[in-house]
Amino acid sequence: MSEWFDGIKAQFILNFVEKSRWRYLLTGLFNTLKITFFAVLIGIALGTVIAIVRSTADRNLNAMRHGPGRTILSFFDKICRLYLTVVRGTPVVIQLMIFYYVIFASSRNSVLIAIISFGLNSAAYVAEVVRGGIMSVDIGQTEAGRSLGFNYVQTMWLIVVPQALKNVLPALANEFIVLLKETSVAGYVAIKDLTKGGDIIRGATYSPFMPLIAVALIYLVLVVFFSWLVGKLERRLRNSDH
Amino acid sequence: MTTNVLIKVTGLEKHFGKGENAVRALRGVDAEITQGEKLVVIGPSGSGKSTFLRCLNRLEEPTGGQIIFDGVDITSPSCDINHVRRRMGMVFQQFNLFPHKTVLQNITLAPVKHKLMTREQANARAMELLNRVGLVEKAAAYPSQLSGGQKQRIAIVRALAMNPEVMLFDEPTSALDPEMVGEVLQVMKDLAREGMTMVVVTHEMGFAREVSDRVMFMDEGRIVEQGTPGDIFVNPQNKRTQDFLSKLL
Ligand SMILES: Nc1ncnc2c1ncn2[C@@H]1O[C@H](COP(=O)(O)OP(=O)(O)O)[C@@H](O)[C@H]1O
Ligand SMILES: [Mg+2]
Repeated sequence: MSEWFDGIKAQFILNFVEKSRWRYLLTGLFNTLKITFFAVLIGIALGTVIAIVRSTADRNLNAMRHGPGRTILSFFDKICRLYLTVVRGTPVVIQLMIFYYVIFASSRNSVLIAIISFGLNSAAYVAEVVRGGIMSVDIGQTEAGRSLGFNYVQTMWLIVVPQALKNVLPALANEFIVLLKETSVAGYVAIKDLTKGGDIIRGATYSPFMPLIAVALIYLVLVVFFSWLVGKLERRLRNSDH
Repeated sequence: MTTNVLIKVTGLEKHFGKGENAVRALRGVDAEITQGEKLVVIGPSGSGKSTFLRCLNRLEEPTGGQIIFDGVDITSPSCDINHVRRRMGMVFQQFNLFPHKTVLQNITLAPVKHKLMTREQANARAMELLNRVGLVEKAAAYPSQLSGGQKQRIAIVRALAMNPEVMLFDEPTSALDPEMVGEVLQVMKDLAREGMTMVVVTHEMGFAREVSDRVMFMDEGRIVEQGTPGDIFVNPQNKRTQDFLSKLL
């Protein structure tokens, strides 16, 4: 028993204490959180814009008179649909590599590239969530806004979108959790994220067990913690009508 | 009373859908509404009352015909409808207050964003209007904390905060519990007494009798008969008007 414990202890020291290898996990964790956080922000901002275009088109294209307004809306709607199809139809790690090796080949700010490419990816998923939120806001809200003299964009921005985002806030928070795990492929383009941090330790110590378990545990603790926060948020929202 | 025509409607058509299956909600409606007039629109469900009212501020896009508001053709493509709508208040059956904003924010949002008033002016005006409808103490409340009657009074105040030249009401008391109808009608009566031009779709015949200058009976997308409340309620000429009123009484 004590032999087994001594073995574990030696492994622990080798993998984390020696040469301060724990720092790989810490910087990795920091990068993972940074990428996830900013990617979610990009995802929500761009996703909301796409959602506005898509829901506007869904509701109005059929009834609209022919004219420049209709042509422009139809054009942007097609672009958004294409974007959603392409982004959701290809693996995120391929998108990441395209951004890293092709589009931003001259830049070596890999964390920024990861933020952009995970953000653009997330936007496609957020867009459908927010579109659902927009469609769930009563049409009377739009009519009240328009009857007060607000144009369509003002009505969306001031009245419909705030209510839509509130309705889907738990789903958006969930997107953060999904992305937290998805960013574990960032190591493909030489980003030292949490997963990569474990990899580096494993490569140095030739002992896979400890680093992998540590990385898995850190993800698990984060996911459980953020899920708990989302649950709290959901209960809060359910208990308030405004 | 002045006889200035504020709104002139000619040959108004509204079709929902296209081709064979199109619903012809309005089939050539002509109407004139003069400044300060109180027009009540009655008729069976589906007769086109809401569609008529909603065409007046182009919440529904007319299929044909013309609407002149204060000398401007608001059906022409060059008309900036957003500016026209600032001069027309609208009150909905379902209130449509903004649930994420307080009562005060509901009322001041439009005047402030349209830069018609500073925030201070808008707040002062809102409190004055709230005082008139007896809801000053609700300024900081959210709509979910109000009763139906209170919500509708706030919705009226929200429209009034823009100082509109005409107020459009689409069955403002139909979604209310009976005991709350009176408080909303009272606000509308006060408004009428102050000389506001009003177009009211309603089933409240008592209100129509007491307040309106003219009652318009619609059926199947047309104006079937119109006249003073005395004419329509006491001495209706058209068979369909008679049938409709006899069912109500
Ligand atoms: N958005 C719409 N789409 C299709 N049909 C509609 C729409 N709005 C109204 N209608 C139809 O137009 C007719 C008139 O409706 P409406 O003006 O609401 O009548 P009222 O207010 O007198 O009850 C009805 O047959 C109704 O079904
Ligand atoms: Mg109606």
